[in-house]
Amino acid sequence: MPKITYKDNKGYSKTIKVENGLTVMEGAIQNDIPGIDADCGGSMACATCHVYVEETWLDKLPKAEEAEVDMIDMAYEPKKNSRLSCQLIVSDELDGLIVTTPEKQS
Amino acid sequence: MKQTDVVIIGAGPVGLFAVHQLGIKGLKAVVIDNLDKAGGQCIELYPDKPIYDIPAVPECTGEELTKNLLEQIKPFNTEFFYNERVDEVKQDKDNWIVKTNKNNEFTAPNIIIAGGVGSFEPRKLSIKGTEKYEGKSLFYSVKNKDDFKNKNISIFGGGDSALDWTLELSKFSKITLIHRRSDFRGAPHTLAEIKKLENEGKILIKTPCQLESIIGEKSIESISIKFEDGKTEKIKTDTILSFFGLVMKLGPIAEWGLNMNKKTIEVNSKNFETNKKGIFAAGDICSYPGKLKLILSGFHEVALASVECFKRARPNEKYRFEFTTSSKNIQDRLGKK
Repeated sequence: MPKITYKDNKGYSKTIKVENGLTVMEGAIQNDIPGIDADCGGSMACATCHVYVEETWLDKLPKAEEAEVDMIDMAYEPKKNSRLSCQLIVSDELDGLIVTTPEKQS
Repeated sequence: MKQTDVVIIGAGPVGLFAVHQLGIKGLKAVVIDNLDKAGGQCIELYPDKPIYDIPAVPECTGEELTKNLLEQIKPFNTEFFYNERVDEVKQDKDNWIVKTNKNNEFTAPNIIIAGGVGSFEPRKLSIKGTEKYEGKSLFYSVKNKDDFKNKNISIFGGGDSALDWTLELSKFSKITLIHRRSDFRGAPHTLAEIKKLENEGKILIKTPCQLESIIGEKSIESISIKFEDGKTEKIKTDTILSFFGLVMKLGPIAEWGLNMNKKTIEVNSKNFETNKKGIFAAGDICSYPGKLKLILSGFHEVALASVECFKRARPNEKYRFEFTTSSKNIQDRLGKK
C-alpha cells in the first residue's frame, strides 16, 4: 500500500499506509490527521482539505482542474504548490507523497 | 416567546423536508437559518451543479432542489427566521427553549438540528490583527452601497462577488482589484467590462499577489501587497472589501451538551435522537454507524425523527402510520380535495 506523509508547520509528521483509490483527504480523515477538516466531504466546495504538496511531487501529480483552482483561491494562504487533498487519488505512483497542512484551515 | 411543536435549525434540504414530514403528521414547525434564504449548502456552495442521486429525480441543480422542496412544503405555511443563528438551547421541563442571536425565543418539545456543517460565515482575512478594522474599514459584504462612496477601496478575491462589486463601486470610488492569480472567474461579459475599465485607467488590477500587511492605527491608511516574485507594493487604501467565500462554522451547537464526534452530533439510528430527549439531529451534521453524507439519507432521517417528535408533541394521542396516497388526514393537510 502506498505511504503518504502528512506534516504540519510545527513539526508534526505522520506516515500512513493509504489504500489505492482513496483520496489523500480520506486517508487523513480515517486516521485523524489534524488540520484536514474536509467539511464538504470531498465535493470541492469548501477548501478545508487544502494542503501544500512537497515541491518535488508537484509535476508528478495530475494537474488540478479549473474548479479545484477556483476553490484554492478561497483557501487560507494558497501557494503555488497548493492542492485540495480530496482531489488527489492515491495510487502506487503516489507512494512516498509528502503533504503539509497550512497553519489554519479556514 | 413563540410556542411550536418543533424548532428546526437549518433551512437546507433536510430541514425543509423535515417541515414536510412533520406537517403531514399535523405538527407545526418553525425554521431558523443563519443565511438569508433557504437551501443551505445546495444554494451556497453548488446552486448550479447538477445532483444525480435524488431518488426519482434523474438530474437537478441545488437551486432546483431547494425550489421544489419549498413548493412541496407550501401547504404548511411554515414560518422561517432567516439571518438568525441559534445561540442558546435550554431545558424547561419537557420543553426546550431556543434563543437566537436576535433575541427571538421559541419553546417546543422538540428540536431538529439539520445544520449541515454549521452556520455559514464569511471567510476572514488570514493576516493577524484585522478584527479591529472589521465593520469600520474592513468589510466582508456590502450592505449599503452609499457607505462605499468616494473611497480608495482595495477589493480582494477572484470570483463573482469581487468582480461585481468592482464594477459597481468603480462608478463612485477608486478601486484596486487584487487577486492571487491572473485568472478571474466570472461571466464573460463581466470579465470584458473589467478589462475595459482597466484599459481606460478607471480601475487598477494587481495580480498575482496577496495581502501582506495593513497599515493604520485605528483605521486603514494603506496596505502592502506581495507579488509572487517577492516584490511588494504599497497601495493607498481606506477601505478593504474581502471576498473569499464562506466557511462553515459549527458555532454554539458544540456548547449544548450534546455528544459530539469531531464536528458531528451522535444520534441513534432508530429515531435520530441525540443524547438529549427531544433533540434530534439529521443530515450532514449527525453521525451513527454507517452514516453517509447524502441528501437522501437526511430525508430518511427526518422521516423517522418526525415520528418521535409526534409522540413528544402529542403525548395523549396515538401515532398512526399513514400513506399520503390513502390518508384523508394527510390530504386535508396538503390542501388536496
